[in-house]
Amino acid sequence: MATAAGQSAIKRKHQRLILVLLALAAMIGAVLLAFWALSGQVAFFYTPSQAQEARVEPGRAVRLGGMVEAGSVRREADGVSIRFRLTDGKASMPVAFSGISPDLFREGSGAVAEGAFEPDGTFRATNILAKHDERYMPREMEGIEYDPTTHKVEPAPQ
Amino acid sequence: MIAETGLTALWLAALLAGLQLLLAWSAAAKGSPDARRLLRPVAVAQGLLACLAMALLIALFLRSDMSVYLVAANSHSMKPFIYKFAGAWGNHEGSMLLWVAVMSLAGGAVALFERSLDERTHFATLGAQAAISLGFYAFLLLASNPFARLDPPVADGQGLNPLLQDPGLAFHPPTLYLGYVGLSVAFSFAVGALLTRSVDARFARAVRPWVLGAWVLLTLGITAGSYWAYYELGWGGWWFWDPVENASLMPWLAATALFHSASVLAARGGLRAWTVMLAVVAFAMSMVGTFLVRSGILTSVHAFAVDPTRGSFILILLGIYIGGALALFAVRAHTISEGARFDPVSREAGLVVNNLMLSVILGLVLIGTLYPLLTEMMGVRVSVGPPYFNSVVGPLALLLMVVLVIGPMLRWRKDDARTALRRSLPAYGLGALTLLAVVLLAHGRMSWLSALGLAVSAAVALASLAPLWKRNLLRTPLFTWGMVIAHFGCAVSMAGMASESAFSVEKLAAARPGDSFQIAGMTVSLDNVMPHAGPNWTAMQASMTVSRDGRVLGTYHPQARFFSEPPTPTTESVQMTRWDGQLYLVLGDELPDGRWQLRLWWKPFVTLIWYGGGLIALGGALALLGRVRRGRRHAPPAQAVAA
Repeated sequence: MATAAGQSAIKRKHQRLILVLLALAAMIGAVLLAFWALSGQVAFFYTPSQAQEARVEPGRAVRLGGMVEAGSVRREADGVSIRFRLTDGKASMPVAFSGISPDLFREGSGAVAEGAFEPDGTFRATNILAKHDERYMPREMEGIEYDPTTHKVEPAPQ
Repeated sequence: MIAETGLTALWLAALLAGLQLLLAWSAAAKGSPDARRLLRPVAVAQGLLACLAMALLIALFLRSDMSVYLVAANSHSMKPFIYKFAGAWGNHEGSMLLWVAVMSLAGGAVALFERSLDERTHFATLGAQAAISLGFYAFLLLASNPFARLDPPVADGQGLNPLLQDPGLAFHPPTLYLGYVGLSVAFSFAVGALLTRSVDARFARAVRPWVLGAWVLLTLGITAGSYWAYYELGWGGWWFWDPVENASLMPWLAATALFHSASVLAARGGLRAWTVMLAVVAFAMSMVGTFLVRSGILTSVHAFAVDPTRGSFILILLGIYIGGALALFAVRAHTISEGARFDPVSREAGLVVNNLMLSVILGLVLIGTLYPLLTEMMGVRVSVGPPYFNSVVGPLALLLMVVLVIGPMLRWRKDDARTALRRSLPAYGLGALTLLAVVLLAHGRMSWLSALGLAVSAAVALASLAPLWKRNLLRTPLFTWGMVIAHFGCAVSMAGMASESAFSVEKLAAARPGDSFQIAGMTVSLDNVMPHAGPNWTAMQASMTVSRDGRVLGTYHPQARFFSEPPTPTTESVQMTRWDGQLYLVLGDELPDGRWQLRLWWKPFVTLIWYGGGLIALGGALALLGRVRRGRRHAPPAQAVAA
């Protein structure tokens, strides 16, 4: 190992110093590795209007959060694929998802879709988080109000 | 009256903790004979009082006393007995009381049974333990009183989150808490040893059983929690890198490093400062975990209380204890004498590599978990999920397993690199052969991480048995058996992870009763979907028959449940367990045309993940038993040491 070679090169009486340096190097390495990996792997959260503004590139993993637009949920013939629109009041975006939607996923309530945009602008969700129960909901959706008849959305107080 | 008695017991326990701190100072620093006599009984009494308070809270939940705020907010009179019982800690206040009760009881046990330390260090340890308890008593009494009354009382309670109404809950949090608390004891030992300038092999021998015990419980808690999330959430995954999962993983990683380095200190007198540092880090991780869970600052199923004052209270405690310990370490580091030296090729060096890699993994998990908090302060919302954790932790865990092949074969102090490699050659050879076979049989179908995972598992499985080679198995010490079984368990668990991620098959379908379909060579038919009722829920229950080659393997009943209190739908998945894997069945929604959504997975050898976890815990328990028994036989009587 590289560490072993380093140690034998220097005299053994410096063992403690070497161990301290090794520990420091390991910790610095961990921090560098973490931030390098984070820069590529972190998933940003957008509402539909923010996503439009940011022009998120297709294929990049992000989270899209908003209200499920009333009357927008369409079920496809296979019975397990759905299409719906997420809105934040300023913009709305099409989302496609295959799977069993969460227990509390319904029109007019909040949802966060995890996935990536396709080149045609549809958001392909691999997972959907919905308001889970009275005490738990996706954190990004806290405090947002939605009027299902007018499609007006009140943003959370900042 | 029960609630008032409970609160009184808690106040008394807090007062005794204060007294214990004073007595410990006066006994350790001044050698006052009165303090020396009184200290141990006070520590024991404090533990008993805190346990009394916990018992009284459980009694309140069992009686469904709706005049107590906590019961009304979290329980319901129609709830099954076991969830009334477990509901006592299925909430913020109750779980903190459980933490304090267990911690004080552990302090009492240290007072009664610890015999290997010299008396002054023992007293200083009890003082440190009292100081930690005091902070948590303050937290309970000032910011989260579990016995607060509700005036007027309500007719019935709001019920427990249905996700938490599961037998897994009854013992999962207490197990983890016992583990966290064991690490608080290790922390107290480290502070005690620093205070009396006696960081030596005796300190390591005293701290090791506590760390091993805590580690065994954390292992069990994590394993059980992983299985619970697997079947209860119905998403088919066994680890989600959820902040709360990480909160239990981080102390585990630190504890793993800690008892490995403590074994170097106990056996060879080396790695002194490092061991003390790890003891501080391990407890810091327990508190960071508590902070993340209890403050509700991160999105999680577990975050029941979103209350910023509580979060900052825990953060302040964390700052005081960890900051204090680090300051003490900085002041006393130069008094820690340097331990016995070792060669770059030796068991010690192997354990240093183990420690460094575990620390790096710990750092990566910690940064990934806290990063969303950091960016949110700057106004950017991000989430850090499996892509990050799998890509950084996966390869490092593999590398750690590669080192695990050769590490236990190295001799203490000095070994020859060439002969060591020769000893480990069969294991590495088996790993290489496995890799070759996997690549040939399943090329293109699996990620390189899974393929390497299977190969490394094979190598570790063989290598882990090496310490038993040519030995009289009956005379092999228990702790050697423990090490062998725990390392073998690592291989088993990793094989399960690799197999699950490489070979899982998923099927998503909408079916009418009478329809059937194929998955992994099996035929699954949906017989019917009928309503079904439980004690506090109703459900739609599917009946599904699984057969292979015309032979019926069984009929299974996944459900879509609806809980009445609080009104919540949940998914109850069902698993068919075979020797070579699990078939995982989920019933989804009913479609307008009368079809039902179904989700199925075939997960080959997925159960190995948790069997491996069980083996690791068993190995730890055997090692603990072996150490304690040997300690009894070899330790000089405490009086002789003190004199």
